[in-house]
Amino acid sequence: MSTEKLGSVLIVGGGITGMQAALDMANSGYYVYLVERTSSIGGMMSQLDKTFPTNDCAM
Amino acid sequence: MLTLSEVTALKGEAGNFVVSILQHPRYVDMDKCIACGACAEKCPKKVPNEYDANLVKRKAIYVQYAQAVPLKYAIDPEYCIKLTKGKCGKCEEVCPADAINYEDKERHIDLNVGAVIMSAGSETYNPLDHDTYGYGKNKNVVTSLEFERILSASGPYGGHMVRPSDKKEPEKIAWLQCVGSRDEHLEGRGYCSGVCCTYAVKEAMLAKEHAGGNLDAAIFYMDIRTNGKDFERYYNRAKDEAGVRFVKSRVTNIVPDKESGMSLIRYVDEQGLRVEEAFDIVVLSVGLGATAEGRALAEKLGLELNRYNFVSTGSFKPVETATPGIFACGACQAPKDIPSSVVDSSAAAGVAGSLLSEARWSLTRKAQIPEERNIRGDATRIGVFVCCCGTNIAGVVDVPAVVEFAKGLPGVVFSEQNMFSCSQDTQVKMGEVIQEQGLNRVVVAACTPKTHEPLFQDTLTSAGINKYLFEMVNIRNQCSWVHKDDAEAATVKAKDLVRMAVAKAGLLEPLPEPILNVNQNALVIGGGVAGMETAKNLSEQGYFTYLVERDGKLGGNARSLHETWRGEDIQGYLQELTREMETADKVEVCLGAEITDVDGFVGNFKTTIMQGQESRTLEHGVTIMATGASEHSPEDPALIESSRVMTGLQLQQGFNKGDSRLNGLSTAVFLQCYGSRIPERPFCSKVCCTQSIKSALELKKRNPDMHIYVVYRDMRPYGLREDLYREARTRGISFIRYNFEKELRIEPRDEKVEVEFTDTVFRKQVTIQADLLVLASAIVPEKENPLSQFYKVAQNEDGFFVEAHVKLRPVDFATDGVFVCGLAHSPKPIDESIAQAQAAAARAVTLLSAKSLPVSGTVAEVNPLNCSSCGVCVSICPYSAPRMDEKTGKAVIESTLCKGCGLCVASCRSGALHLKGFETSQIMGMIDCV
Repeated sequence: MSTEKLGSVLIVGGGITGMQAALDMANSGYYVYLVERTSSIGGMMSQLDKTFPTNDCAM
Repeated sequence: MLTLSEVTALKGEAGNFVVSILQHPRYVDMDKCIACGACAEKCPKKVPNEYDANLVKRKAIYVQYAQAVPLKYAIDPEYCIKLTKGKCGKCEEVCPADAINYEDKERHIDLNVGAVIMSAGSETYNPLDHDTYGYGKNKNVVTSLEFERILSASGPYGGHMVRPSDKKEPEKIAWLQCVGSRDEHLEGRGYCSGVCCTYAVKEAMLAKEHAGGNLDAAIFYMDIRTNGKDFERYYNRAKDEAGVRFVKSRVTNIVPDKESGMSLIRYVDEQGLRVEEAFDIVVLSVGLGATAEGRALAEKLGLELNRYNFVSTGSFKPVETATPGIFACGACQAPKDIPSSVVDSSAAAGVAGSLLSEARWSLTRKAQIPEERNIRGDATRIGVFVCCCGTNIAGVVDVPAVVEFAKGLPGVVFSEQNMFSCSQDTQVKMGEVIQEQGLNRVVVAACTPKTHEPLFQDTLTSAGINKYLFEMVNIRNQCSWVHKDDAEAATVKAKDLVRMAVAKAGLLEPLPEPILNVNQNALVIGGGVAGMETAKNLSEQGYFTYLVERDGKLGGNARSLHETWRGEDIQGYLQELTREMETADKVEVCLGAEITDVDGFVGNFKTTIMQGQESRTLEHGVTIMATGASEHSPEDPALIESSRVMTGLQLQQGFNKGDSRLNGLSTAVFLQCYGSRIPERPFCSKVCCTQSIKSALELKKRNPDMHIYVVYRDMRPYGLREDLYREARTRGISFIRYNFEKELRIEPRDEKVEVEFTDTVFRKQVTIQADLLVLASAIVPEKENPLSQFYKVAQNEDGFFVEAHVKLRPVDFATDGVFVCGLAHSPKPIDESIAQAQAAAARAVTLLSAKSLPVSGTVAEVNPLNCSSCGVCVSICPYSAPRMDEKTGKAVIESTLCKGCGLCVASCRSGALHLKGFETSQIMGMIDCV
């Protein structure tokens, strides 16, 4: 196995945490694979109605 | 993006892993599916809808929610009649896109990656596991996640808050806190979930809003733990302004009343009386826990788990697992709220980035952008795309009529309707239409430009026309949503809005986006732990960093700290970190330095510092504020002078130095919230509860016979720190809740210090003669910090810096190129400061690594002939974009600072300013046509 480092990263879990990590990795020059167990990303945050304290829509 | 997928195996080492992925069949071809919904409409099989917390049903072919990404249907193989019994096949019959594939097979994919980030999240506690509250039997007992869906406009009741059993509007709702949290009797549920207090407050406030003020909302709690940034203010607002009732009581059971549908709760009130009260809805504030899938994944990755099955991490390396190259962030390592999860994500990106920095940009693909077509002099050719948004728009607005209407407008050569204008396939098609029809202006009538304009502009760019030749109309919010009861009027309004947009589009001109080179150096202000960790990560990622510290020494507050709550030695860590700073090639430490002047903007800052008599100017592309905060010192000089009184930090220092005052003590009192949660400082300092517990345990370790009392208002050892609180109680440390409304007296004497307060349980005055009083003193930032002016970043009322977005951009400032971390942002313990420091570095690197930035073309411009040099634009601009040119005396706009808000244009009395993309002729054109 070569010891050369690869410029790609795997992110497991497509909730708000995984998505933010994916965006930051992609925007700083790495190829990202985002793996999600369900049929779409979004996770628990997409189920929330509004978020405090601004009452912004969680979607 | 790989959905319906899971990791099955991992080989290799940091920098070079091979990960095996199993992708389950979707049975729907993602390339063909247009998400029209015909399949789900005809599907005969109803199954519980997990997304809506099982309150309603969905079909066996489904999308999780209308805005799902990817917006492609999937068949649930567990329920689908065709897949389980070989019969049916309805969806295949009705699918207009021929996307259904019952033969779809699972796929095995091997990926080569340099690092793995685990963000498997958490799940809410299922109260069915222990039947205490009749959840599952009594329909009006719901979990907090179910209640979120009840409140949601996209939820099962369309945002109409009703009682599930009979859809009656509720008059009384109760929240029961700590369901599935802080409960050792439930297996593996001893910790505090950290998020439930605040979300219960939020749900109570929203419920009150829904009910229009006639709702009685009561929260039953053990301690209210609103210790995040600005959480305490929100709690106070709920209590004092919104009238949410907070009842300190642990409710043990609920008795349903069949006839009225009410649920009876028995509790003991503040006066010690037994009360029975009936509620329409009882919301169980369920805690967060590790998921079975997360645990299975951790096992496959070979990660260590703690006793609650969360991934283990340490305080000094908050997102690193014990395996190099594998990182964990968010709620899979402990219960966390959204901002902490987002901070963790960026921190993981930062640490993974430092591991792989030599391979940066080696595997990314560059988007192919065609050369921009010159449209000057060409006849206007406008294309209008009208979105149905499924039924979201087309359910009300007559979309075909709007399309027909648009065809007759001047300059329009093409008009069509789209099921979802924003979907990937429509973008491809839109690009083709632009090229085939030779369009030189595009109008999209759909939803809000706030979220979708950049997407359509990208399509224009990739189709070879300037992205500013685009106009968007919001016929969703402004027509189908607000006029949902009057389809005809909604359609007329949609036509008018399209007419106005077409009128403006005809007058649009291509705008250039200047490219700005980004200076590759970083400046970190503040040499505490947060500042040093930021500098460390930036330098490891390959960027030269100036670390500026006002003091003559690095280390900040951490120089006084003893151990973390997990028991890790802070001084050892600090020495190592300081040594790294002093020896790193890519870090220049500037001690004893004051910032005297700042010039420039994102990509090109010039900061002047003064070290002694010497002044120098540092050039840098990004700035990170890690300026910290300090411990509040008592106002009463008698307390400062007394050898029997110490602050929390002084006690920690005492442990480090072996202070002789800590020997031979027989009684100690810790007084919590000293200077916090009071009218002058209405915030929680977050760290003091855990620090006092930790220090109390340390004293107890040194002298097991010692009497220790912790006098508190709410104990807030959140998350896994709850374990430490439990340990302290089992070791005989007494925790006494005192009445904050009543007088508290502290009298230092020579031998003893006397503390007198009112106990809330016995409602009696208590006096303790102690050998030592420890004041758990507040964390206070520097109010009116001059840096706030220098870098145009805001401070809140308490003096902490204000981030760009509380949840989604917790380390960014609204000002581009400036980031924040550590205590300067809000009170927080060392592990969270480190995660935030790494996150700030990661966010800064997203700018630095791009090397150059495009600047928006929508900026103000001055016509110097009309400028009267009055300076109104200079004083009114919130971004300091206009200045008076020294030579001509006329205003000039620095386009890199201009945000295109138009304030200066509106306030210019000479008419010398105009905003590109919002010219007077364009606006008047819109007005004239209606």
